[in-house]
Amino acid sequence: MQKQSPVVPVFLAVAAGMFAYAPFLIDAAPYESTMGLIQRIFYYHVPSAMVMFGSAFVCGIASAVYLAKRSPQSDAVALAAAELVVVFGLIVLVTGPLWARKAWGVWWQWDARLTSSLVLWLIFVSYLMLRRFAGAGSEMLAAAVGVFGMANVPCVYWSVNVWRTIHPNTNVVRSLAPEMRLPFYWCVAAFVCLYVGLLLTRLRLEQSRRGLEAAYAEIED
Amino acid sequence: MVSVDDVSRTYGRRRALAHVTLQAGRGEVLGLFGPNGAGKSTLISVLSTLLRPSSGRVRYGSHTSDDTGDALRGQIGVLGHDLFLYSDLTARENLAFFGQLYGLDNLDARVAEALRLARLTDRADDRAGSFSRGLRQRLALERALLHLPRLVLLDEPFTGLDDDSALVLIERLRSLRERGTIVVMATHDFDTAEAVVDRAICVDRGRAWPVAPGVGSLRERYRRTLKERD
Amino acid sequence: MQFFRTVLTIARKDLVIEARSRELAYTTLFFAISVVLVFSFSFVVEGVALTDAAAGILWVAIAFAGTLALGRTFERERQGDTLKALLLSPVERPAIYVGKLLGLLLLMTAVEAVIVPVIGLLFQAPLGRAPWLLVGLLAAGTIGFAAVGTLFAAMLIRAQSRDVLLPVVLYPITVPLVIAGVRGSAAIFAVEPNLAMAQAWLSMLVFFDAVFLTLALWVFGPVMNE
Repeated sequence: MQKQSPVVPVFLAVAAGMFAYAPFLIDAAPYESTMGLIQRIFYYHVPSAMVMFGSAFVCGIASAVYLAKRSPQSDAVALAAAELVVVFGLIVLVTGPLWARKAWGVWWQWDARLTSSLVLWLIFVSYLMLRRFAGAGSEMLAAAVGVFGMANVPCVYWSVNVWRTIHPNTNVVRSLAPEMRLPFYWCVAAFVCLYVGLLLTRLRLEQSRRGLEAAYAEIED
Repeated sequence: MVSVDDVSRTYGRRRALAHVTLQAGRGEVLGLFGPNGAGKSTLISVLSTLLRPSSGRVRYGSHTSDDTGDALRGQIGVLGHDLFLYSDLTARENLAFFGQLYGLDNLDARVAEALRLARLTDRADDRAGSFSRGLRQRLALERALLHLPRLVLLDEPFTGLDDDSALVLIERLRSLRERGTIVVMATHDFDTAEAVVDRAICVDRGRAWPVAPGVGSLRERYRRTLKERD
Repeated sequence: MQFFRTVLTIARKDLVIEARSRELAYTTLFFAISVVLVFSFSFVVEGVALTDAAAGILWVAIAFAGTLALGRTFERERQGDTLKALLLSPVERPAIYVGKLLGLLLLMTAVEAVIVPVIGLLFQAPLGRAPWLLVGLLAAGTIGFAAVGTLFAAMLIRAQSRDVLLPVVLYPITVPLVIAGVRGSAAIFAVEPNLAMAQAWLSMLVFFDAVFLTLALWVFGPVMNE
C-alpha cells in the first residue's frame, strides 16, 4: 500500500474552509439592482462553469498524451477530468435555469453560454458512456472523444454565439462592480481548490483500482 | 528470426498471455497447440503487430515491435480466423485488391498464379461469398501469401478443409519452409499438423512451454506435457 | 503518390461492392426520405411549414442518413474482419481513413442529390436562389460530418453496443456543423434572404472541417492500434 500523501486532504480542507466563509463574503457584497437576491447564484454558477471548461481542457490534453504515449497515468487523469466535467457541468446546468427562471421568467432561453455548456456536457457524458459500455479497449476510443471534445469547445461556443446574437434577446453580463470582485474571486478560488481536491482523490481511487486489477492478474501467474 | 520476449497481455483482470517467451527461426514451422481460449489467437495477433503487448517485446530480426513501421507489415502474411475476404468481391478481385495495397508489380500474373495454386482458376470470377468454407480458406491462404512474406501466421488453417485440400496446404507449408519463411501456426488438428510441424509449443491459460520431442505421436507428447505441468 | 493511389484503391473497392448490390444507396436514400416525411408532420401546420423548417429538416435527414450509412459501411468491413486486413497491410493508416471517407462522401452526395430537390418540392424552398452557396454549405457540412463519423465508426467497429454508441458519441460533437449548416441554409431559404450571413456560415464550416479533418487524421493511427 502506498503512503497516503497529505496533499489531497489539504486541498479539500482548504476548499471546505473557503466555502464555509463564502456566504459571509457574498452577504457583504451589494445587491444587484435589477435582479435582486437570485443574482447571488452567479457566485457559484460562473466559477463552476470556469472549472467545467478548464476540466475539459485537462481531459483533452491528457487524452492527447494517452494517444501518443499510452501511459496509464494520463488515461487516469483523462477519466477523472471527464467525470468532473460532468459533475461541475451539472452544477452549471442546474444553477443556470434557476437563475434564468427568477430573473427572466423562463427556465431555458437558449442563451449562448448555457447552450454551449449543455453541448459540452453531452460530449463528456458520451465519453463516460463509451468507457462504460464499449468493452475492452474503450480507453483509446474515449481518448479520441476527449481530444475532439476539447477541440470542440471554441467551435461550439462560436457557432452557438453567432446563432444567438442575431436574435434580439441576449443578455449581456455587466462588468463586475468593484465590491463584487472579492466574493467572486474568492468563490473562484474555492471552486478551483475543490476541483483539484476532487481530481486528486479520484486519481488516487483510480490508482487503487488499477493496483487491484494488477494484483488479480498476478494471482494467475 | 522472430522472438517473443516475456510478453504479457492483460485485459483488466484477465491475463490473456502471461510471460510468454519463444523464438521461431528461418525455414521453421512452429506449431501452437492448446485448448480453446488458451491464448493462441492472442499470441498470433501480437506477432502480427496488430495487438500491443501489455509488457515485454517482440523482435523481428533486428527490429522491435516498438518501431513497427509500415514496411515491417509488408513482410508479414496473416491467415486469420475470419479469413479477411470481401464476400461481395470475386476471388480475382479480392487478390487484385490486396495485391495493389501491398504494392506488388506484375499483379495480373501473380493473381493468376495465386488462383492456380488455390485451384480456383475456374471460379475466379465468382463472388467469394458464394464459396464454401473450404474454398474460401484456400483463397484466404493465397491472399496471405501473395506478397511473399518472410513471416507467415496461420490461425486454424485446417478448419473446413477436406482431406485433399489439407494435403495441398501441407505441401504449401513445406515449400514455404524450403524458401526460408518463418511459419507460426495455431491449430487443434494434431494429426494433420504433425506432418509438417518442426517444433510444437503448448499454450494453456496464457502460458506457453515447449512440447518435448521424443517418443510417441504429437498428440501423445502434447498430452504428456500438459499433464506434467499441472 | 502512394498515398493517393491507396486512397483510390480503397474507395474504388467500396464503389465496386456498392455498385453490385446497391443496398446502401437504396436503403439510405429511402431512410432519408422517410425522415423528411416524419419530421414534416411535426413542422407543417395547416399546410404551411414553420419558418426555417425546410433547412432544419434537410440537415436532420443528412445527419440521420449519414449515421445509418456509416454504420452499414463499417459493418461490411466487420464481415471477414477485413478492416483488420487493411490495418495489416503496409499502407499508411491515414490512407485507409481517407479511402473510407471518400467512399462515404460519394454515397452521401448521391443521397443529397435526391433529398435536396425533394425538400425543394415539399417546402417550396428556393433552391435556385444561390445554388453554389447551397452546394458549398452542403459539401462543407457533409465533409465535416463524414470526417468525424468515419473516425468514430471505425473506432467502434469492435466495441460492444456499437450501434447505439455511434450516434451517442457523434451527435454532440457535430453540433457546430449542424448549427452552421442549418442556419446557413435557412439564411438562403428565408423570405428575406441574407446571403452574406450564409457566406459567413460557410466560412465557419470550412474552418470546422479543417480542424476536424486534421484531428481525425492524427488520431486515426493510434486509435486503431489496440
